[in-house]
Amino acid sequence: MSTIDPAGPSASRVANLWWWMLGGSALLCTLVFTLLLVALFRRGVADRETPARKRVWIGWLGVVMPVAVLMVLLGFALWVGERNLPTDRAAQVVQVTAYNYGWEFCYENGSCSEGVLRIPARQSVDLDITATDVIHSLWIPRLAGKMDAIPGQINRLRIQADRPGQYEAVCAEYCGVGHVYHRFVVEAYDTGETDYAVEAAR
Amino acid sequence: MKAIELHRELTRIWQGEPGWRGVFSSVSHTDLGKRFIVAAAVFFGIGGVLAMLIRAQLATPQSAFAGPEVYSQIFTMHGSIMMFLFAIPMLEGLAIYLLPKMLGARDLAYPRLTALGWWCYVFGGSIMILALLGGVAPDAGWFLYPPLSGREFTAGVNSDVWLLGITFVEISAMCAAIEIVVTILKFRAANMSLIRMPIMAWYLLATAGMMIFGFPPLILGSILLEVERAFGWPFFQPELGGSPLLWQHLFWLFGHPEVYIIFLPAAGALSTIIPVMARTPLIGYGAIVTAVMALAFLSFGLWVHHMFTTGIPHMALGFFSAASVLVAIPTAVQIFAWIGTFWVGRPKFTLPMYYVVGFFVVFVLGGLTGVMLAIVPFDQQAHDTAFVTAHLHYVLVGGFVFPMLAAAYYWMPHATGRTRVMRIGIAAFWLIFIGFNLTFLHMHLTGLLGMPRRVYTYPAEAGWTWLNLISSVGGFMQAFGFGLFAIDIALQRRLGNRSRRDPWDAETLEWAMPTPPPQYNFASLPTVSSREPLTHERNIGAGLAAGKGLLGRTIDGRRETLAVDIVTGAPEHVVVLPGPSRLPFFTAMVIGGFFLSMLLSLYWLAPVFVIGTAVMVWRWGSTTGTIHDPGPVDTGRGFTLPTGFAVRGSVGYWGSVLAIAASGTLFASLVFGFFFLWVVAPNWPPPGGYGLYLAEPLIVTAGAGAAIMASRMGMRGFHRAEGSALAAAGGLAAGICALLFGAVRHLPGPTDHAFAAVGWMLVSYAAFSALVGILMQVFARGRISSGHVTAERPHQFRIAAVWSDYGAGVAIAVAWLLAWSSATL
Repeated sequence: MSTIDPAGPSASRVANLWWWMLGGSALLCTLVFTLLLVALFRRGVADRETPARKRVWIGWLGVVMPVAVLMVLLGFALWVGERNLPTDRAAQVVQVTAYNYGWEFCYENGSCSEGVLRIPARQSVDLDITATDVIHSLWIPRLAGKMDAIPGQINRLRIQADRPGQYEAVCAEYCGVGHVYHRFVVEAYDTGETDYAVEAAR
Repeated sequence: MKAIELHRELTRIWQGEPGWRGVFSSVSHTDLGKRFIVAAAVFFGIGGVLAMLIRAQLATPQSAFAGPEVYSQIFTMHGSIMMFLFAIPMLEGLAIYLLPKMLGARDLAYPRLTALGWWCYVFGGSIMILALLGGVAPDAGWFLYPPLSGREFTAGVNSDVWLLGITFVEISAMCAAIEIVVTILKFRAANMSLIRMPIMAWYLLATAGMMIFGFPPLILGSILLEVERAFGWPFFQPELGGSPLLWQHLFWLFGHPEVYIIFLPAAGALSTIIPVMARTPLIGYGAIVTAVMALAFLSFGLWVHHMFTTGIPHMALGFFSAASVLVAIPTAVQIFAWIGTFWVGRPKFTLPMYYVVGFFVVFVLGGLTGVMLAIVPFDQQAHDTAFVTAHLHYVLVGGFVFPMLAAAYYWMPHATGRTRVMRIGIAAFWLIFIGFNLTFLHMHLTGLLGMPRRVYTYPAEAGWTWLNLISSVGGFMQAFGFGLFAIDIALQRRLGNRSRRDPWDAETLEWAMPTPPPQYNFASLPTVSSREPLTHERNIGAGLAAGKGLLGRTIDGRRETLAVDIVTGAPEHVVVLPGPSRLPFFTAMVIGGFFLSMLLSLYWLAPVFVIGTAVMVWRWGSTTGTIHDPGPVDTGRGFTLPTGFAVRGSVGYWGSVLAIAASGTLFASLVFGFFFLWVVAPNWPPPGGYGLYLAEPLIVTAGAGAAIMASRMGMRGFHRAEGSALAAAGGLAAGICALLFGAVRHLPGPTDHAFAAVGWMLVSYAAFSALVGILMQVFARGRISSGHVTAERPHQFRIAAVWSDYGAGVAIAVAWLLAWSSATL
């Protein structure tokens, strides 16, 4: 269930982004808290506010520094966000329907499964997500960010598992008293060993 | 007149009624401000108890303490109480108590409106708490997303309690917002130009402005959802052309400005306290004012960052992401201006300073995680997890609770005239500070490890057990800290030593009065020549008490205060304020009757209370104005000024303009909703044949246009006013008839499709606005006959014209909008 133990390209990119942001935040915290401590404890100075000083505090620290940091961050984020989008054709498209309190997955070959999403490992899969009753949110933390399941509309999410295995998934949007148990499991099969379509139809 | 005699006279004039009568009739901003603060603190306690229940439940996996039905009510009410019954009323209380004192006035612009807001808050809050005790509290999360909160999935009154209770409380927020803006713009010390205002006034001006434009979308959303629940109009049902996302847009159009509405007054308190503690003026006053205004403006452009996982196209998300991180810049300007102020000054480590430093640590961390969450791909992972819970507590506790605790210790000597007793406040600080971080710091990790929000339990094998247990320990530690804080404040009130008048060597005018403050604030009103009047003239208070300022005398027992020019602060006129009245209490009762009849599904009874409210407002209006204006009065220090009865830009006029701005925002949100559904929702266009029609819109235009012309004619020549008021009312009545006739002929039933539902809502809103215009014109005509409105005192007539013009404009716009839609569909 850990987003910082990613098992797919989308979640990996976000985890990577997270570590960079954490590092940057640690640096900024150090800067701000050091300045605050020095400001509070440097003794015996009662100098007046000068234009030069104001330029340093408001101009450089208040405006220029955050603008520079944020530009870099936004650029990085936009790049990650674009790469996580389902732009090219995926190997599979699965129709996902969320309802109180279950998940139904219908595959391209016409078969459907409930509570278990079967996907081929190492291939991109697009989930077309909707809901029949209230709003839910599909979240497979180790594979990708979440996408809401909203009645009356279809949202597409690109996932991919790097290795065969089981990945837990939950509903992330509060959907009623059964919300806690509104879960499912993703089973990623190695396409070399098992015929995906046969597995899915089972 | 001697100082002591003046004091006796003013006390007699400004004092409220004694005993129980006074409880219901007080209009004093000092009393009501304190009531707001105490009540908000009580609600904070209730919300805190709910938080402890949450932490008790989550301390261990598979806990059997609360089931999901109870737990969902607990977390929904925790959020709703903290947002609507604690944070907003607390900042209103602070503003209501402090503003006139800081600005050098004797009361707020509309003392009785303050009281109305108070009663609406108490009644609305009580409905919520009673529902909690009765086990029927809201349970769909504090943002109440439909369809979960709709009739089909929440059959009981739970959602209605939220929609009606919160809307009732929001009446009080709208009253306060209008009042705060007008007070800041008009009720200031002589010569207090805009750039000489205390920085807190800028913060509160921005806050109140944001409330005027930020609350209407939520009020509209609440009305739509309540109408859907009560009468089945399908605004949010996709199978009938509605969209659940419409609610999310309306909610967050309010919800994000709301965060800054809560933060800005707290930041204003910091900008007031920090220079005093640093013993130097604030660095970068102009830059901070600019930053605050930028924040207020930007905050309306980033609501979508709460909706990054709803399937909106990535490039659009990128825009809102950029707008969201932009707010880091004005925030950084303030943070560094404050640190720079410490750097330049010689900080003294008083008790408020502990909480100020606590603010820096907690809020900076919250700000940084806020930037992270504004980043689309990261938010898609962290959204709706414990990471967000941790973030929002860092921002709101750091950005509001810590500054409010600092403010409590800073201004307590003002309210009580006493100093703090022991060092309990420091112990309380450490408990709160350590407890807070122990609860929430590693909760970020809990979220990243996959724990969603709003789960009442979790499996032991998920690996979140220790993290949650530590959070619960920290939570209870905080609870002890807040308990200790409450004890400390109670002790200070009872046992504290008498403090001197200005214990902090402060800069602002609220300290230029005796403490605890007299009901009239200042025996005579100050004239200022700088931004820090007390720094420049430490003894200004003694001179004012001796009656050496403006209005340092009494006339006919009138409650007088000064109104100034908005920009320059030059004395403009003398305002005569109303005294104690039980009208606000009874008006709030009648409004409460409306909300209760809606809540109990007694829909046939609701219109009775609507008419009742109109009657109360009519009576209220009838007590304003005068038939005998003594003309210009001598205010002392060489000024002779007219009274507020005889000026054009009266406070009543400005209040009406702001109320219409709020109403217009609600209308704009409704029009936005109309087009949003049209473009985004499934199952459009609605079934059935439509076509162009022109007769009804033309009649509406003729009637409403005649109303606008008539009130223009009346204002140009007052001898025509009586007739023109009636003509305007008649024109509006014709407009309403044509509007309703058009709707009946061309719109399907409102339950058939979202198009018809929104169409009927537009028509209802326009008819309501026009009806208000009619009542205002008829009222104005009555005031002309009774001699209250004359050529010399025309302002009630001017106010009526503003309302009827607005009603006419809306009627015309709605008539054509529907005709055009019908032709296009």
